[in-house]
Amino acid sequence: MNRFSYARPGSVADALREVASSPAAKIIAGGTNLVDLMKYNVERPTHLVDVSRLPGLKSIEETGEGGLRIGALVSNTSAAYDTRVQERYPLLSSAILAGATAQLRNAATTGGNLLQRTRCYYFYDAAVPCSKREPGTGCPAKDGVNRIHAILGTSDKCIATHPSDMAVALAALEAVVKVAGPRGERDIPLADFHRLPGDTPEKDTNLGADEIILAVELPEARFAKNYTYLKLRDRLSYAFALVSVAAALEMDGDKVVEARIALGGVAHKPWRVPEAEVMLRGKAPDRMVFETVADRILLGAKGYGGNDFKIELARRAVIRALSQAAAGTPQSQTDKRIQ
Amino acid sequence: MADLEFLARQGFAPDAGPPKGLPDEIPITLTINGERRALHVRPWTTLLDLLREDLSLYGTKKGCDHGQCGACTVLLDGERINSCLALAVTKDGSELTTVEGLAGKDGTLHPMQEAFIEHDAFQCGYCTPGQICSAVGLLKEGHAKTREEIREMMSGNLCRCGAYTNIVDAIEDVLAKGAAK
Ligand SMILES: Cc1cc2nc3c(=O)[nH]c(=O)nc-3n(C[C@H](O)[C@H](O)[C@H](O)COP(=O)(O)OP(=O)(O)OC[C@H]3O[C@@H](n4cnc5c(N)ncnc54)[C@H](O)[C@@H]3O)c2cc1C
Ligand code: SF4
Ligand code: FES
Ligand code: FES
Repeated sequence: MNRFSYARPGSVADALREVASSPAAKIIAGGTNLVDLMKYNVERPTHLVDVSRLPGLKSIEETGEGGLRIGALVSNTSAAYDTRVQERYPLLSSAILAGATAQLRNAATTGGNLLQRTRCYYFYDAAVPCSKREPGTGCPAKDGVNRIHAILGTSDKCIATHPSDMAVALAALEAVVKVAGPRGERDIPLADFHRLPGDTPEKDTNLGADEIILAVELPEARFAKNYTYLKLRDRLSYAFALVSVAAALEMDGDKVVEARIALGGVAHKPWRVPEAEVMLRGKAPDRMVFETVADRILLGAKGYGGNDFKIELARRAVIRALSQAAAGTPQSQTDKRIQ
Repeated sequence: MADLEFLARQGFAPDAGPPKGLPDEIPITLTINGERRALHVRPWTTLLDLLREDLSLYGTKKGCDHGQCGACTVLLDGERINSCLALAVTKDGSELTTVEGLAGKDGTLHPMQEAFIEHDAFQCGYCTPGQICSAVGLLKEGHAKTREEIREMMSGNLCRCGAYTNIVDAIEDVLAKGAAK
């Protein structure tokens, strides 16, 4: 790990000043991703800004518009077990509990989870080239070991995935990220928060280097009954998703009124295809319809050898997730048998 | 000549020291196993290295040093965390319990320690301090009731010897006794 100075600002304004004080300053919250990457010399901050005690960012509150505001420093554990989250946004609770472990969720924060970096093996290995780590050096994953890599929205420059489970549920729930910066506060809809790699794979998100996440806001709850978070991985727990699906349906009798489907483990950001979701409107849940929807979502999917299997896996996962959601039988995050 | 740039990327960076004009060590206080301690830490020292290297508390183990095994699990303000991924300086003012702090002052073992012995819940013992601290954290959380839930909620603690069955037995036993009280 490189050497760095440390500051623990007492207010958001002070934190913003600390962040602006050095181009290589970095924010630390739970530290579960940043410290790991610092040990590999992937991140080498010269100044660490500890936001973990900033006042006012550790609570979950009603928004006044029927939604919930989850502070950036709320731990993944606290968010997952909050009774309002469990009752109104069980999809979010389920996705968080599908990720990492009890120890990691206790330390991990809402803001840090959104900003965790890819688990691409080459990104983690400072001895090899990687355009995300060192812009312009190339992407060895494309022709290398790419079992965990993306099948949608890739570019010539990078085929990494975003590893968060929480972000996939937040994408389906159309959450909004509240941020503060030197020019004031602004809202970033979750769909616009993470980026596709394009020509700038070093940029994971549209958050400015001088900005801080304050909270994540959920709109009024609509999908508390018909939802599921289905996560498929190499072992039953303590593993990142190969493919995951957050499915949420609003039903009127046996007809779908509104559908939301977000995929994890397949792209540089949670993957949503609104055109596919619309195809479910007014339809009764039916396997044939689910198949067409899955095909639409995976339109243009491309494998790189090691991850070819993900295309069919994702297709089947979407179909299964939609049947689970329609039946009101969400995937258990304890009993891993898939019904 | 050695390629310094290459070595730096490998992690063998020559220690340039902290940026000029900043203190090398930062004063913090931690209450460790009931004892309040005033310490001076370098900002890059993890809680795990502080315990083992500076305070000679060797009970907490280093397995992977990357959050992937659970051997370093400790209780921070009562909650289980991986001490290898926590910078000590960020935990200033906290209360820390390690495996050394679970037994009573008179040496009476914690019920979880008793249960691990009774159920033969270890072989080499390397993962055991982490398993026990994690299990004590699990008890306090109160989310795991069934065997299946114990397994899921203990998934953050790997055991290369594969003592899992007996570990779950031990925790189930403590949970059942707690419920009978
Ligand atoms: C072994 C292992 C397994 C894991 N498995 C999973 C899994 O299955 N699913 C999953 O989703 N996750 C998994 N994780 C990742 C874990 O969820 C993240 O490490 C965690 O959520 C990061 O949160 P943090 O608060 O610790 O972030 P930190 O490490 O503190 O920070 C992460 C990044 O966010 C930035 N940051 C943090 N807070 C703010 C803020 N408020 N404003 C601006 N920037 C900020 C930091 O600068 C840093 O770049 C796993 C991690 C490990 C180590
Ligand atoms: S996929 Fe992206 S992160 Fe991985 S090696 Fe290629 S450029 Fe780097
Ligand atoms: S040493 Fe901390 S999790 Fe392995
Ligand atoms: S007892 Fe040997 S690793 Fe668990």
